[in-house]
Amino acid sequence: MFSGIPLFPEQGSTIAADVDALYLFIVAVTAFFGILVTVVVLYFGVKYRTNDPMAVGERIHGSIPLELAWSIIPFLITIVIFIWSADIFFHIQRPPDQTLEIYATGKQWMWKFQHLNGQAEINELHVPMGRPVRITFTSEDVLHSLSLPAFRVKADAIPGRYSSLWFEATGVGEYHLFCAEYCGTKHSGMVGRIVVMEPTAYQEWLSGTIEGTMADRGARLFSDLACNTCHLEDGRGRGPSLVDRFGATEMMADGGARVVDEAYLRESILTPQARLVAGYQPLMPTFQGIVSEESVMALIEYVKSLETAAVAAAGETGHEAAEAAGH
Amino acid sequence: MREALRQGPAERDKPVMDSTIASPQVTYLNHEHTLASWLLTKDHKRIGLLYMGVVTFAFFLGGIFATLIRMELATPAGDLVSADTYNKMFTMHGVAMVFFVLIPAVPAILGNFILPLMLGAKDVAFPKLNLLSWYIFVIGFLFTVYAMVTGGVDTGWTFYTPYSSQASNTNVMATGLGVFITGFASILTGLNFMVTIHRMRAPGLTWFRLPLFVWAVYATSLVQILGTPVIAITVLALAIERFLGFPIFDPANGGDPVLFQHMFWFYSHPAVYIMILPPMGAISEVIAAFSRKSIFGYSFVAFSSLAIAVFGFLVWAHHMFISGISVYAALVFSFLTYAVAIPSAVKTFNWAATMYKGAIWLKAPMIWAIAFLGLFLVGGLTGLFTASLGVDVHLHDTYFVVAHFHFIMVGGAIMGYFAGLHYWWPKITGRMYSDIWAKVAAVIVFVGFNLTFGPQFILGYLGMPRRYHVYPEEFQVLNVLSSAGASILALGYILIAIYLVASIIRGEAAGNNPWHATGLEWTTQSPPLPHNFAEQPVVTEEAYAYEKREVTVG
Amino acid sequence: MADGAVAHAHDHHHADLQHHFDTLEQQHEAATLGMWLFLVTEVLFFGGLFLAYMLYRVWYPEAWAAGSLELDITLGTINTAVLIGSSLTMALAVRAAQTGMQKATINWVLATMVLGLTFLVIKYFEYAEKVEHAHVPGWLGGGFDPSLPRPVELYFSLYFVMTGLHATHMVIGFGILSVIAWMAYKGRFTREWNTPVEISGLYWHFVDIVWIFLFPLLYLVDRAHGAGM
Repeated sequence: MFSGIPLFPEQGSTIAADVDALYLFIVAVTAFFGILVTVVVLYFGVKYRTNDPMAVGERIHGSIPLELAWSIIPFLITIVIFIWSADIFFHIQRPPDQTLEIYATGKQWMWKFQHLNGQAEINELHVPMGRPVRITFTSEDVLHSLSLPAFRVKADAIPGRYSSLWFEATGVGEYHLFCAEYCGTKHSGMVGRIVVMEPTAYQEWLSGTIEGTMADRGARLFSDLACNTCHLEDGRGRGPSLVDRFGATEMMADGGARVVDEAYLRESILTPQARLVAGYQPLMPTFQGIVSEESVMALIEYVKSLETAAVAAAGETGHEAAEAAGH
Repeated sequence: MREALRQGPAERDKPVMDSTIASPQVTYLNHEHTLASWLLTKDHKRIGLLYMGVVTFAFFLGGIFATLIRMELATPAGDLVSADTYNKMFTMHGVAMVFFVLIPAVPAILGNFILPLMLGAKDVAFPKLNLLSWYIFVIGFLFTVYAMVTGGVDTGWTFYTPYSSQASNTNVMATGLGVFITGFASILTGLNFMVTIHRMRAPGLTWFRLPLFVWAVYATSLVQILGTPVIAITVLALAIERFLGFPIFDPANGGDPVLFQHMFWFYSHPAVYIMILPPMGAISEVIAAFSRKSIFGYSFVAFSSLAIAVFGFLVWAHHMFISGISVYAALVFSFLTYAVAIPSAVKTFNWAATMYKGAIWLKAPMIWAIAFLGLFLVGGLTGLFTASLGVDVHLHDTYFVVAHFHFIMVGGAIMGYFAGLHYWWPKITGRMYSDIWAKVAAVIVFVGFNLTFGPQFILGYLGMPRRYHVYPEEFQVLNVLSSAGASILALGYILIAIYLVASIIRGEAAGNNPWHATGLEWTTQSPPLPHNFAEQPVVTEEAYAYEKREVTVG
Repeated sequence: MADGAVAHAHDHHHADLQHHFDTLEQQHEAATLGMWLFLVTEVLFFGGLFLAYMLYRVWYPEAWAAGSLELDITLGTINTAVLIGSSLTMALAVRAAQTGMQKATINWVLATMVLGLTFLVIKYFEYAEKVEHAHVPGWLGGGFDPSLPRPVELYFSLYFVMTGLHATHMVIGFGILSVIAWMAYKGRFTREWNTPVEISGLYWHFVDIVWIFLFPLLYLVDRAHGAGM
């Protein structure tokens, strides 16, 4: 009867085994102390029991060595857990340099995923096995949380900013995808599946009917919304040039510097007055309410694609190349 | 061979009265009978009972919601109630239990009743303020009940924005107002207790002669005073944003929804220490009384209460590890969370050590205390998982967390409350309840509780998220076990109500000190005089001075 | 008989001694400790708003400066002086009560109330001007000025909540002082017992101190560079 009940989730990602190992260690520690104290209490309760209402116990006030021992030793054990755990946490929070990028938005009550090549999915996400995948996402309304239990990763989707999580799937199959932050009526309906495929099968699936990549869509938006009238490529327009800017460091009007990443680009599109690039006037209108979160992501992919031949020829896309170009 | 029994000094244990005839004493219960004498009382003992009435009602209300939740979750489909109704139920369960049961239970009921007695005082420092606190509590409760019956609220007891400020169509304002108002009752009670402890101790009752319950209540009062105002302003800000449209957390204006979480948890984490410290204090009293020796490591236990209160303010963002806080912030909060676990561990070890070479009298309060130890242990230890960053990413917002906090709050705080209630019941009512039935109830509650929440740890690690109305089929068996356990738990609680009420009707008279315990509260009659003591007590010895009895265990 | 009762010296049953206290001194110490603890809760109460203010000021320095420049610094400065003056009159009222000078007590308390009222009236004019200029957030004033950057509305949310909460405390203080004035008029305060005046003074001073923080934080953001005055 009990054979069908899962007691432990599948290990679907490279980090899952590490998380499970730490988990089991903590189980062992808690079991040890739990059983120890339980046994001691029950033993004392039985051994020293008496029905005499007027009996008294022995006068023992305490023991400093014992107090120190049972403060320091548990503390040291928690330090071990803390350090081990922090190590895993860094690994979970810091994606490797090269990841397959996927964008997503959560909204009441569905998840929308966008692959770079323009392929869109709802409540379902196809990913290749054996390759690090990074999902960058936000919420269009209230808090949500993207939870992938088999991969042991989770992050909240917060309206107004980007979150990301990454994983490398280790086995072909289908796994649960949940929303893990209460978001209203259909919170428990905001579920789906993540489908891990062999890399070649994934490529085949990817080239199904699509109408242009995300970057293509972004290019169309860039001209439809007249961004190209200020952001001239030679930098002499009313706004800074966006060529080779992604991953570079921009000098701000207030003297500080910002790395041009996804969050910065999103902020620049939606709240341009928040931060000004040095040497330019605060002329950019806000596109809040004019572009959807998904369109913002498409525009970001377009800006990422704006590389000069020299940079592209360096062979890598993304941050490393832009820095190598001397920005 | 037993040594000869000898009674201790006569003042400590008055001779046992003839237990079949209720003596015609004047007590705080019978000296005035009118409704006005209750509703306008300034007697801390009556006020404690007034709180008990409201809190017990809130407990059953929250319990009804819990019953509906567990009934719905027995099947994977949402077949009992609609999704919206379910969301309201878990919200209202949380609101009722957190704000109207767990926070006030031990401090406002047992604290109010026992604290002045333990200190040898006639009342608390500000009796009128004490009564006002009760009225504030009731008004807050009424607002909340009003919100519940006129449509309910579905934001979760945590009221996260932007759902609560913009999206929810339910009675967020009324509930928020109820919570806001009730917070002041908590603040004023904490203030009252602090001043009482500072200024109204009996002659000779120095700080380190205080019973540990007083230390616990003192530490709790610190938290109530420092923490509760922050939830007040948070809920007020939420209400203003929702009602007037003032952007404070609204991302469309550049506001930060996560700021709400910081402000909310800055109180709500220390709040859990408000919930657990006083029950821990009660446990110290019970274990000392039924081991008939001093708590092992008295000053360590006393200081650990203060340490928990202070450190408790430094860990709030461990509820937010994946809410977008930086990795470095997460590291700091995780580390501090482990630090705050240590004083609780120290207490647990000291309690166990107290039993060593004690004269253990296994009466009902002690059984409840031992049950507390078992459940609190699991609750506390499972905190190690959620404090662990690498594992918490997976466990956050799953049933693991639900199981963890129920073990602490119900298995810890509620069990501690019942241990204290069973211990001081004879003092409060002047009656003894059935010891056998009380032990049976303890066992039923212990078993039911473990069955309800044990499976939830497994569900959580499997990934089942919290606050889910429907769930994948593979989670059903564990959910059914949990729901079965809940029904056993409910029976246990109902049983408690039965024998306690029965004791009032026909329990035998308790006498001053049925447990032969130390402590000033046991030197006066049961139920106590309206003004507590016939003469001002003077303290000349340490707390738990059982050795003065000159009797040893045979 | 170690636990034998000790007959404690009754205060000559002073009319103001409450039954659960042993001495007037104990009662006085309890009351002042209670008020100090209450003021600590008030610090934490306002503290949440200061936290929000600090966070957003760091995030949106230009919006904060823009919002601050919209406030009338003249009126704000006058109000600051008014409140500090009212703390002076309150302190004198406490002193008068402690030295048993009934008339002086009443007069100084009334002076404090007049100054408090002045503060509130000036505040009213400031708020009215904000309504006129569409600087009221949300839907209360018919919509916020759309020409200003979005975070400025955030600034004004905090402006209104913080000063509004402060003004509410002043109104409550006004109520408390009217009770004190009445009690003084009825001759309730003596050299031996004047605690209510003292703890009301503590409360009033606290409300003053909150304003002393609010004024620079709200009115003086980037004034050196801004158009202001």
